[in-house]
Amino acid sequence: MKNRLVVVGNGMVAGRVLEHLLASAPDAYQITVFNAEPRVNYDRIMLSPVLSGEKTYADIIIHDDDWYAERGITLHKGQKIIAIDKVMKTVTSVDGTITAYDKLLIATGSSPIVIPVPGHDLPGVLTYRDLDDVEAMFASAAKGGRAIVIGGGLLGLEAAAGLMARGMAVTVLHLMPTIMERQLDTTAAFLLQREFETRGIKVLTQADTKAILGTERVEAVELKDGSLLPADMVVMAVGIRPNVALAREAGLAVDRGIAVDDGMATSDPDILSVGECVEHRGVCYGLVAPLYEMARVVAARLAGNHQAIYAGSTTATKLKVTGIDLYSSGDFSEGVDREEIVLRDAAGGIYKRLVIKNDQIIGAVLYGDTRDGAWFFDLLKRGADISGMRDTLIFGQQYAGGSPLDPMAAVAALPDDSEICGCNGVCKGTILSAIATQHLANLGDVRSHTKASASCGSCTGLVEQLLTLSLGEAYKPATVQPICSCTELGHDDVRRLIAVKQLRTIPAVMQELEWKTSAGCAKCRPALNFYLLAKWPGQYRDDSQSRFINERVHANIQKDGTYSVVPRMWGGMTNARELRAIADTVDKFSVPAVKVTGGQRIDLLGIRKEDLPAVWADLNAAGLVSGHAYGKALRTVKTCVGTDWCRFGTQDSTGLGIRIEKFMWGSWTPAKVKMAVSGCPRNCAEATCKDVGVICVDSGYDIHFAGAAGLDIKGTEILCHVDTEDDALEMIVALVQLYREQGRYLERIYKWAKRTGIQTIKDQIVEDAEKRKMLFDRFVHSQSFSQNDPWAERVAGNQAHEFRPMADLAFEGIAQ
Amino acid sequence: MNAQPTTAQGTEWIDIGRLDDIPQQGARTVRTPDGDIAIFRTRDDQVFALWDRCPHKGGPLSQGIVHGHAVTCPLHNWVISLENGEAQGADNGCVHRLRVKVEAGRVFLEGAACPAKAA
Repeated sequence: MKNRLVVVGNGMVAGRVLEHLLASAPDAYQITVFNAEPRVNYDRIMLSPVLSGEKTYADIIIHDDDWYAERGITLHKGQKIIAIDKVMKTVTSVDGTITAYDKLLIATGSSPIVIPVPGHDLPGVLTYRDLDDVEAMFASAAKGGRAIVIGGGLLGLEAAAGLMARGMAVTVLHLMPTIMERQLDTTAAFLLQREFETRGIKVLTQADTKAILGTERVEAVELKDGSLLPADMVVMAVGIRPNVALAREAGLAVDRGIAVDDGMATSDPDILSVGECVEHRGVCYGLVAPLYEMARVVAARLAGNHQAIYAGSTTATKLKVTGIDLYSSGDFSEGVDREEIVLRDAAGGIYKRLVIKNDQIIGAVLYGDTRDGAWFFDLLKRGADISGMRDTLIFGQQYAGGSPLDPMAAVAALPDDSEICGCNGVCKGTILSAIATQHLANLGDVRSHTKASASCGSCTGLVEQLLTLSLGEAYKPATVQPICSCTELGHDDVRRLIAVKQLRTIPAVMQELEWKTSAGCAKCRPALNFYLLAKWPGQYRDDSQSRFINERVHANIQKDGTYSVVPRMWGGMTNARELRAIADTVDKFSVPAVKVTGGQRIDLLGIRKEDLPAVWADLNAAGLVSGHAYGKALRTVKTCVGTDWCRFGTQDSTGLGIRIEKFMWGSWTPAKVKMAVSGCPRNCAEATCKDVGVICVDSGYDIHFAGAAGLDIKGTEILCHVDTEDDALEMIVALVQLYREQGRYLERIYKWAKRTGIQTIKDQIVEDAEKRKMLFDRFVHSQSFSQNDPWAERVAGNQAHEFRPMADLAFEGIAQ
Repeated sequence: MNAQPTTAQGTEWIDIGRLDDIPQQGARTVRTPDGDIAIFRTRDDQVFALWDRCPHKGGPLSQGIVHGHAVTCPLHNWVISLENGEAQGADNGCVHRLRVKVEAGRVFLEGAACPAKAA
């Protein structure tokens, strides 16, 4: 019979213990977990991006319900343990259930401190610890108003940034003269405070809270100097206290935290403890990296390895606020026995300070440029003698020893035990050996096998360099074509990094990916705009100033600066009313040229820009909408008449074409998409040279794709055959969505297909019904935000300034 | 709309509108009897004025994508510097600049000092 392991608490550290334990001794224990929170294990560190809206709760779940079920672990959600009987070796939960254990692990974490000033229990006073807190903040923030965050430490500042992203007016109160005084020296604190103030967050230092005022809920905060600050929400972020009550009542040795030895055992040998609730060698930790190291030791001990010890940790901190680069480690207080090396670049907003004692780095603070954080931290932890590189030390690893600026040389030179992933404590050697022995081929593999870059993601670049180091050309294509001269990165890199680094705006992309120019260029800005739109539908705000003129004004610019207007003609079908409206518009605006296009619709050429809104208004009135003739978007679905009229028609090709066009119009794509539906294999709609084509046959529909009839001429490939119209639509939509997610900007479907491989595409769309459905749903979701008639929006007055001069100088004075 | 010149210390500055009437990384036009003038506003809120005619084939620079202190002409992608009107890279050509300033959130174009547009 297996030994019984009971775990009190289901936070990130408890989860990590279980992972290690199951990896080394999967059959050793029957495991039961009690979680006071009513949920699974999630990444609490990532609550900051959830608060700011950059991630959702679903994104940060670490172990879902299936994970526990698959491993035979019983998880009791929402069942707080209220008593431990270490003599009888049982625990009692809040509903009265008694559970016996052979080994017990206490992982009760810590609770946020609430300063006991009058009014601290008014509604509207929140802490910032778990998902419930974040949801309470959402609810309050939804009403707008002012938030006061008490506590200008790591957590308080992240809360402030998150609430500001949610639209609240935020003020931070901090007791000490400088913010984050545990991690930063005064200069770095000054730079950080200035950055926050630039973003619109007020920061008051030496602000001592006297009381929180309000009758039914929070209304204001009163400081000891007498000032009154109005507030609709108050967030307490003044520190955490280990949750030790349970252990103390059970008779275990407790100081500030639950006392544990180097084997993570409490004063009772059958009870271990881990995480924020413990005190080890007098230290209580609040950062994840040391806690994950403890977790490893706990698991080893539970698995029977009595050599495993935890000896304490040196820690480094990173602030998780998008756009702020801040890294600090070690001891950087001032003193007579130490010296410092400082680099300041005021214009660049960069500050770096190393504290040296006995030729060793004992502390480092980096603001604005944190690329060398890992390297300095490695030197600090190893106690390396830096006397040989004093002169260039502050400039970072590139310059140590005068090596050339080769990014691969930097990572190649790191010793094997240097820590690449700080969150999960994964060193270079571990990653390299995992790549080699487990044949890992990409970032996803490394993440799932080693956990490196699986938490906060900021070491992803380094991990990718290690993959390149190990696999060389097998990992990347021989040459990566950069998007433009503003960057070395190619389209695929940028798309991936946008997802991985959660980049939400063009400036964020340019900053995080180190663009060489301040504002990009006409090549990369439209590409980034599309990539962000495709990745974050409904969340990313389209940047019209990064769209080519045609898309910006929804009409095609001609050589003389006039525009052409092409209303949509669904499936190439029209009627007298539409034709009359078009003819009337031609007369009214004296349109010089009227042309029938290859896309089976009518083009009005030579329209002056300032007349566009009026032309659209008249066309809209007749029920005509934009044909997107100008866009990297769905252009047309051409048809030939099918069973409605044609003696050879096998299916209702016109009906299907109209249905597809009405479903898919308005979506943005990497490059233009042209489709056609032919009613029989005679193919009068020329479907076999289109991006996507349908040939109707007696038994159903043959779906074609990857044709070209422009600069290149190429016949289509066959994707598959389907029997029904519904299936045809699903197949086509899923294909286009896959293209939207993987294609490079300006790359037509036929080029994407050649690069990706026809079979690979078929595997994902045709063979994998589940993935096809998911792609379909993602397209529908995206469409809910983008299927709008831009003409109608302009007619309604949206950004009318685009179509009018700002001034008209009617007199002669301007040009002599 | 008509704009009246105001004289200050001998130069004629014409109030053409508010800075906020110009989108950042964008442009608006000022119509004159001799053609349009493009007024550009960069991301760092600097304002430049060029004749709205690309030195290549006369394309409307005001319609181009603005990046840093340059604009890319929408017709054939020539990149024109907003600071001196010169075509960048391998292209040769120049468009005349006009003097423009911003005061108290309003944009002023210099009247009398405008040279005739370049050929």
